Amino acid sequence: MMALVAEPKRKPKLAVWKFASCDGCQLSLLDCEDELLAVAGAVEIAYFMEASRSVVKGPYDLSLVEGSITTPHDAERIREVRRVSRHLVTIGACATAGGIQALRNFKDVNDFIAMVYAVPQYIDTLVQSTPVSANVPVDYELQGCPINKKQLLEVIGAFLFGRRPVVPPHSVCIECKTRGTVCVMVAHGTPCLGPVTHAGCNALCPAYHRGCYGCYGPKETPNTASLSRWFGGLGMGEDDIARAFRTFNAWTEPFRKESTAHER
Amino acid sequence: MTTVNGDMTEQLHDKRTVVIEPAGLDRLIEVLSRQGYEVVGPTLRDGAIIYDRLASTADLPVGWTDEQGPGTYRLRRRGDNALFGYAVGPHSWKKFLFPPALTLWRARQAGESFEMEAETAAEPRYVFFGVRPCELQAMEIQDRVFMKGAHIDPSYRSRRENIFVVAVNCGHAGGTCFCVSMQTGPRATFGHDLALTEVVGNGSHYFVVETGSGAGAEILDDIPHREARDEEIAAADRLLCDTAGRMSRELETNGIRDLLYRNYENPRWDDVAGRCLTCANCTFVCPTCFCHTVEDVTDLDGRHAERRRPWDFCFTADFSYLHGGSVRSSAKSRYRQWMTHKLAAWIDQFGTSGCVGCGRCITWCPVGIDITEEARAIRESER
Repeated sequence: MMALVAEPKRKPKLAVWKFASCDGCQLSLLDCEDELLAVAGAVEIAYFMEASRSVVKGPYDLSLVEGSITTPHDAERIREVRRVSRHLVTIGACATAGGIQALRNFKDVNDFIAMVYAVPQYIDTLVQSTPVSANVPVDYELQGCPINKKQLLEVIGAFLFGRRPVVPPHSVCIECKTRGTVCVMVAHGTPCLGPVTHAGCNALCPAYHRGCYGCYGPKETPNTASLSRWFGGLGMGEDDIARAFRTFNAWTEPFRKESTAHER
Repeated sequence: MTTVNGDMTEQLHDKRTVVIEPAGLDRLIEVLSRQGYEVVGPTLRDGAIIYDRLASTADLPVGWTDEQGPGTYRLRRRGDNALFGYAVGPHSWKKFLFPPALTLWRARQAGESFEMEAETAAEPRYVFFGVRPCELQAMEIQDRVFMKGAHIDPSYRSRRENIFVVAVNCGHAGGTCFCVSMQTGPRATFGHDLALTEVVGNGSHYFVVETGSGAGAEILDDIPHREARDEEIAAADRLLCDTAGRMSRELETNGIRDLLYRNYENPRWDDVAGRCLTCANCTFVCPTCFCHTVEDVTDLDGRHAERRRPWDFCFTADFSYLHGGSVRSSAKSRYRQWMTHKLAAWIDQFGTSGCVGCGRCITWCPVGIDITEEARAIRESER
């Protein structure tokens, strides 16, 4: 019978890249305290500036990319990252959806620059903050703000053994119900984005009596319009509905369309 | 204990109808606990009545009731000390018999081969304390799925065969209940060891208790009780009659299988798809939904693998994923599948409707989709 895993000739090389982001998703990897040695045993951590200055030259077998593309320099660099990476996996809302900084996409970025910077001519930024997939082909996207470290390990493990990662794209409701959490919307009347949001956080907020904020972005086939109608019935105003969809994943198509529909 | 075959539950025993005072129920919990049972039943948590461990009747939602409607559930004070004055909540007993997550086996690398390790954790022996008549029917339906076909689920069976069932007839019709339509309530007729009817008011508070099995009759030896008087039995009967008359909803089941089979292309499915969130809450709270999937996971060094069995839901794209994509990519096809299976195909598959009229899917749908309303709309479209 075949062994569970063929002995690799050499350890795959892992690289971790940062673009416009808060570093929280990379930190999820460092946060794998108990599993970190297993990660280091399974892959060669070849490029990970947050953890070490020592750099092993590419190409890399697996690149994890955090952050969105917000400057001409970013746009250049992500193409280089793609060129040296066999597999490119984006991690987090910035890299998969453009992040909170994509709120600029709904306005004129030059107005912000003029408002914020004393010497705006030094600012060289793109009009929009875009996800990595809008710039180069991506092999897998791991959603979440921040990502769940267990899901990150699952993705790395799946990559190592050539299987599909078990990262279900269904609703947060399924995690709530699996935990036995009482629905905050039905039982308390608290507006909750859970029914349209991708699982992965293990339904953290509803377990503390808060509605879901949608940190993990849209689930597969989200019916945002129906949920918004219900929010209206719970007493939420149009502005509040628009704002609910305008957070870390505001630039994803379903959330963007929904917030725009309620914008005045 | 009740035997698991519905037709066998009316075991040969001297069926008795007695009266127990509220304190007697504490004694019942005590006696069963001492026999090694884990007693689980309704209790308050986070603004709802859920099922969890009970140490005594003080853990029950004493004096509480619920107001339920499509997409809404609120607890209210009753103004008395009723122990069972509410309808069903978001949990059902299936979470104990068919846990939402189960590890089936583990494998460990051993040289060039691997060793399999079956999950052998001892299954708990449960007392289900406060099972509603519709829920007895739900358990009977899941028995057909897990124990009466060609393939028997060993985990389900070992849990199911060991339970002691204390049923409670319904003196309160919930805002989304329709058990009368489904002929599953409000009185327990099978599948229990004891069935209680709580009578409270006018200064009295007692339980009319019917035995449903030899084990149920036997345990009465340890519980203070007396023979029920005719007027006490009549009071309990009246209560259940009133509950049946207060059903908030109705589902016309006559010819429903053929009705739904004729209406795959009914425009009503588009209408409900405009509201359905495909979030799967209805399948989670449904006491009969039994779908599950298997997932394989490995750890990073590949020396250890596990096969897990979580619940699965016909509302996700992955549920119908075949080579190349999901067969049911639209909300319309998923809702139609769920409802047509529940109310029609189930009859062909298991000889019974998959719906028991508990109303959970109506209450716990985040946008209040009402299965009785959807069925009515389809029926009326033919008129």
